[in-house]
Amino acid sequence: MTRPACPSSGICFENIDKLYGGMYALRRLTLEVAPGECAVLAGPNGSGKTTLLRIAARLVRPSGGSVTFPSAHTSQAAGHVQTGYVAHATMVYDELTAEENLRLFARLLKIPDAQTKVGALLREVGLFDRGSSLVRTFSRGMRQRVAIARALLQEPSMLLLDEPATGLDPQGTAWLAGTLRRLRDSGCTILMSLHGESNISSLATRGIRLEVGRVAADTRTGATLQSILTFADA
Amino acid sequence: MSLLANASVLLGKELRTEFRSRELLTTTVVFILMIIVLFSFTFDPTSAESRRFGPGLLWLAFLFAASLMLQPCFLREQTNDTLSALRLSVEDPFAIFLAKLTANTLFLLLTEFLLLPIFSVLYNVPVLPVLGWLIFVFFLGSLGVSIAGTALSAISAQARMRELLLPLLLLPLLTPVLVASTEVTKALLDPSPYVSWKGIGFLAVFDLVFLTALWLFGEYLLEE
Repeated sequence: MTRPACPSSGICFENIDKLYGGMYALRRLTLEVAPGECAVLAGPNGSGKTTLLRIAARLVRPSGGSVTFPSAHTSQAAGHVQTGYVAHATMVYDELTAEENLRLFARLLKIPDAQTKVGALLREVGLFDRGSSLVRTFSRGMRQRVAIARALLQEPSMLLLDEPATGLDPQGTAWLAGTLRRLRDSGCTILMSLHGESNISSLATRGIRLEVGRVAADTRTGATLQSILTFADA
Repeated sequence: MSLLANASVLLGKELRTEFRSRELLTTTVVFILMIIVLFSFTFDPTSAESRRFGPGLLWLAFLFAASLMLQPCFLREQTNDTLSALRLSVEDPFAIFLAKLTANTLFLLLTEFLLLPIFSVLYNVPVLPVLGWLIFVFFLGSLGVSIAGTALSAISAQARMRELLLPLLLLPLLTPVLVASTEVTKALLDPSPYVSWKGIGFLAVFDLVFLTALWLFGEYLLEE
């Protein structure tokens, strides 16, 4: 097996295995994501996209293999703080308001001038007027906006997104695409899972298709982005 | 310093969410109240019997109530996967435990202080002369219950049959705390009250050992 070129500033998965109850979610997966790349993970349900993203976020420890993280992302003690992660679940508290949620995470992440930052983010995600409402009163799309705002709090150098457009209306999806474009252009590494083509997938500089826990196709090895995205839906 | 700063931020969140929903406190207070009242009506104990059996009954009620209170401690974090958000945000995962066990101790203490006067009246056991020592014992006992309970809550939240698992793990583990707390409380409620240093020493050591273990190994309990 060829070792991927793994520059010191790239995220590099080498021969990753992940087992859940004896079943392989990922099997001997080897992949390198270069800094500044906007990579889309596609593939059928159960192909290992979410597991790979959770390993990249260091929420899940692989059963085998090794992951090398970019030095820029591990400058803080825990190595987590410069990674923004949007999961399937919203990762925010229903019993807190949108503003309280963002302020809580801003304080944990020690973001300077948190109050201003939280206000600006609420305005950016279109929830400034609902900032003092409990999240449990929000629709799924509004919760997703709070989730995305939480991930953007620390101005991450690496952004991991698991189907980030879930619940968003066309206006929200357009806003998200614009935000991701700005982040990509500023050098942020983005790894996201998507189903099908959209205005978000058009931002991708690379496509990777996973099947049964392995890389089945990659635009780096000649596959087209369109074939990777549409195959997942087939 | 970062650990304490993060823990205090998270403690604020725990208190805010609980006082907003009042789910745990209400359930726990009502549960202990029912046990104390039912036992009093059923057995109608004399003052001497109350001094003998009351402390054990009180701590058993606290223990059962704690198993109710501790159940949602980490389960609530799973609803929206907020535990992952916390793990991504804190440098030391022990801050999550520290905040939760402090909140659980405070909730337990609040429940105990609310119910102590009712216990005193129903069982005709004067508590005022030894109130200071009782508070100290309640603190040590509740801290032990919260430390072990918070750790087990993190374990059971990821398991199947989680609702059954926590009491099954918690009650045997906390038997020594129950025995020691009862012994110290019984000595304090004696007609000639005295301080059982042996019991207090045991509770302090239990708290210290379990807190250290949680500090050393807590990170692994949060992993998926």
